Amino acid sequence: MPINLLVPVCLTYVAFLFLVAFLADRRARRGGRRWLGSPLVYTLSLSIYCTAWTFYGAVGYAARSGLEFLTIYLGPTLVFVGWWWILRKLVRIGRQQRVTSIADMISSRYGKSSLLGVIVTLISVAAATPYIALQLQSVTLSFAVFAEAGSFGWTLPDTNATALWVAGGLALFTILFGTRNLDANEQHTGVVIAIAVEAVVKLVALIAVGVFVIWFVADGPGDVAARINASRIAEWDLVPSRWAGVIALSAAAVITLPRMFQVIVVECGDERNLATASWAFPLYLAAMSVFVVPIAVIGMQILPESANPDLYVLTVPLSQGQGGLAMLAFLGGFSSATSMVIVASIALATMVSNHVVMPLWLSLRPTREVTGDVRRLVLNARRFSIAGVLGLGYLYFTLSGGSEALAAIGLISFVGVAQMLPPMLGAIFWRGATRLGAAAGLCLGTAVWAYTLFLPSFASGGVLPADLFSHGPFGLSWLRPQALFGVSRFDPLIHSIFWSLTLNTAAFTLVSLFTFPAPVERAQGLAFVNVFDTERAGPRAWESRDLEQVETEELLILAQRILGDEAALGFFETSAQGQGKAGYLPDPTPDFLEELERKLAGSVGAAAAHAMIAELAGRSRVTVADLIRVADETAQIMEYSSTLESQRAEMERTARQLREANEKLMQLSIQKDAFLSQISHELRTPMTSIRAFSEILMEGDVPPEMAAAQARIIHDEAIRLTRLLDDLLDLSVLENGTVQLDLRLASLNELIDKGLRAAGQIRPDRIFVVWRDLPSEALFLRTDPDRLAQVFINLISNSRKYCDALRPELRINVKQRGARVIVDFIDNGSGIAKEKQHIVFEKFTRLTDQNRAGGAGLGLAICREIMANLGGAIAYLPAQGGAAFRVTLPLRLEKHPFADGA
Amino acid sequence: MKRQAPVFLARRSYRLRRLRDGARLLPLAGAFLFLLPIFWTPTEGMPNDTARDWIYLFAIWIALIGLAAILSRGLGTGEEAEAPAGREDAPPPEQP
Amino acid sequence: MARHAMLIEDEPNITEAIRFLLTRDGWQVTALADGLTAEAALRDARPDLLILDTMLPGRSGLEILVSLRADPATADLPVMMLTARGQGRDREAAERAGADFFMAKPFSNAEFVAAARALAGEA
Repeated sequence: MPINLLVPVCLTYVAFLFLVAFLADRRARRGGRRWLGSPLVYTLSLSIYCTAWTFYGAVGYAARSGLEFLTIYLGPTLVFVGWWWILRKLVRIGRQQRVTSIADMISSRYGKSSLLGVIVTLISVAAATPYIALQLQSVTLSFAVFAEAGSFGWTLPDTNATALWVAGGLALFTILFGTRNLDANEQHTGVVIAIAVEAVVKLVALIAVGVFVIWFVADGPGDVAARINASRIAEWDLVPSRWAGVIALSAAAVITLPRMFQVIVVECGDERNLATASWAFPLYLAAMSVFVVPIAVIGMQILPESANPDLYVLTVPLSQGQGGLAMLAFLGGFSSATSMVIVASIALATMVSNHVVMPLWLSLRPTREVTGDVRRLVLNARRFSIAGVLGLGYLYFTLSGGSEALAAIGLISFVGVAQMLPPMLGAIFWRGATRLGAAAGLCLGTAVWAYTLFLPSFASGGVLPADLFSHGPFGLSWLRPQALFGVSRFDPLIHSIFWSLTLNTAAFTLVSLFTFPAPVERAQGLAFVNVFDTERAGPRAWESRDLEQVETEELLILAQRILGDEAALGFFETSAQGQGKAGYLPDPTPDFLEELERKLAGSVGAAAAHAMIAELAGRSRVTVADLIRVADETAQIMEYSSTLESQRAEMERTARQLREANEKLMQLSIQKDAFLSQISHELRTPMTSIRAFSEILMEGDVPPEMAAAQARIIHDEAIRLTRLLDDLLDLSVLENGTVQLDLRLASLNELIDKGLRAAGQIRPDRIFVVWRDLPSEALFLRTDPDRLAQVFINLISNSRKYCDALRPELRINVKQRGARVIVDFIDNGSGIAKEKQHIVFEKFTRLTDQNRAGGAGLGLAICREIMANLGGAIAYLPAQGGAAFRVTLPLRLEKHPFADGA
Repeated sequence: MKRQAPVFLARRSYRLRRLRDGARLLPLAGAFLFLLPIFWTPTEGMPNDTARDWIYLFAIWIALIGLAAILSRGLGTGEEAEAPAGREDAPPPEQP
Repeated sequence: MARHAMLIEDEPNITEAIRFLLTRDGWQVTALADGLTAEAALRDARPDLLILDTMLPGRSGLEILVSLRADPATADLPVMMLTARGQGRDREAAERAGADFFMAKPFSNAEFVAAARALAGEA
């Protein structure tokens, strides 16, 4: 019966997960993060520690080695119960430095080193590949169990094909929800929620099977205890080296596994969640393991000797005719496998794209500047990496043929990632740890791991020749892979843990002691080790001296490429406001640069972000002055001097603001004089023609056709005068806020049409291409349509008049942000020079100061006043590759914005 | 009268520091108890009592979880702002 | 021989008016709309009078005047400056730069023609 239902149930479950992830993502984007980031969800997301290996394999492990399976859970329990030591510090550092992965954290600590990033990424991929293969195997095995049980002749097409479908489906899910956005912090709400749901499913499934076994197959706990002591399990011997070794190993793995680092540190929305997880996660682990031994014992007793103990969770209920329960158990195992693969591939893909693809791209691109859309590049790199990681797992699965005991593969993988423990602990506790030390330890430890454990695991496949194990390479018996230096008392796993971690730690500490860290390393070391001291105590990554060459506009261009236009503009605007400046260009202060770097690091990793900003600052390498500064060891002195420095910077900034304000006042006063003189000029010019021709006409001896032409000139000039007076009057009414607004509903699309039509007469000889976004324009606004159209006409006319491109183009972008509408007018001309940008909205500002290409220079001043009256704003947008104006206005203007104040 | 408020504050921060000590000691105690079975010698002739070992390990486990829950309640309520975590070694703040 | 006046003015209607007034008075008038080509044109045409607007696209009237006075070939050319701003400051600047006469817009036709004659007669 169950097999007919298996596929539909499975698909329904997957569809349900898609829906959950989708809804959670949508809710998170609407700001509903509070519930989504709760301690409960955080704790449940940690459950990806329990993979299919745990779900199915723990029972098999218990059947083979008794209570030793508990070591896998006791290690993480100690780490979480001891959160005050390590996890608290990791999470704080992760948030402060915007760490995106374990590779990013290690690279960032050791001087934003690309080398370490690559090493850690490679180790992680090598260690995770068999582990992913293991998950694919567990899913296909469990399918096969059902296929055998259902004796309807319905057999599985092929285990390889099943694994391929599973891998493909997981890749699709992960790409859909793991690479939706390149958001700051690398948090993936949808994925995390789906995983929390899966955590509940697998716990419920395992507990259900346990309850069934104890109270329905056996006669309660007492009977089970008796059966345990009577079974083969009771004969297990506690091997002290394995007991202590695996506890230590699993404790190391729970913080160094890339997927665990992802959920513990990167996805952590709130540090306080950790306090809850410190007891709730061990509780989850205890609940997951409480029924393992009973299931193993009953399985051994009621199933034939040949049954695979790794699948007792499924086969015990099936043998009792409990199809529904078996189905639930199947879903539990399926959840365990899928959630692990999804998070692991997101974590690995982030590492591959940030530490392999981005640095390659940065060094291979032909020009220094960052061109093109980096976001798309990064996202695509991630998508390909996810597919690549799953592809590798699938390849490993087909090549290895599967079928080895599940637990063995898991432990091999654990030893691989545990190599990152020494550099990680060094990173957060020892300021003397250096980049070279970390690299040396990692390389040596990983090599020993590969030689003593990873490659021998293929031994049956023939990667290493058999006599290597008995005689060692070149007959050097002290180099035998499983008895290095004659140590043969341990079993291969403990032997490998012992030597790889010992040599790793030794190389790490010795090389660190004998090498001198680079300045950035020392700065980062201080920031990591003393993360709980005052947040500003450390030396800065950027100093005012570095910033002389930085053009904020270039930074904005860079940020737009990586964060996206809106996010970058928003960030720059907020920073500018924080500094008390209007517009989109903040001063490039050290604080601002650090914040920007961290923001970029959230998308492309610390090393790449640092390199990009350093290039713009013209500082590809650290100066001698930095060396001297960092060499100053005493923390107090550094704290003191950095306080002084920040005070000095504060004063400099205040002085600069005052200077700016003063300059603006001076300019305003000059403009006031200029205003009168301008009015005089603008009035006298048409007056001159009028007076001259009217005197000529008064004399009366002009031929009639010439008289008519002269009268027309008088008429035109009179109209010009009237228009000027109208504009002046308009401006004065708008400025006083006494204007009557005619508020009604209007289609934005029609208003833009109107603007384009009305401005069409300006320089009609030129072919002017207009790009519009018609779907977004389909908006109804409540505003004063005539006034708004006036603004549009003005902006479009300006563009037609002044855009100096060979093939002039105008882009009109419309966006809705909550209750506000944004309309951007961007042309492809040479734009407005930076020093003129802040005066374009002043009266009588003509940018080409001698040119009178038409109006009196009142147009933008009027636009600014109109927008203020419509409850919105108009601003110049820098760094858009041409002149660009942003009009922002409310979707529904209810009353006159000045009504209260008037 | 003037002394009472600071005395209360000092006691509070004293308690907080002891909680932190507890949080640091807990994993060490847990490790010790989890490793203890290594030193048990099976009684000659008697079969292993695996069920008893199982109960021992789970009892320790549950006790650790309970203690961690109690500690996290006292520690995880954002009191760091009051007494910076990196300054535990400094003497308790005296009244000014 | 007709007297030759050169006019540099960017407002087409004002150019039209001055051309009409002077032509009727027996002048030959050459008009330019911007300051960039003015000097070359002056050297070729050698007019009897230059009428120069203060605000011009490309080069301001004052700049043109200063460079004319610096060149021996045109140092003595009579120049009438036109300005629409009519403030004292502009007049002073024009006189310092070496203008022979300063005419504020709008002007009376009779005064304008008289001034032109007087300037050309002086030369």
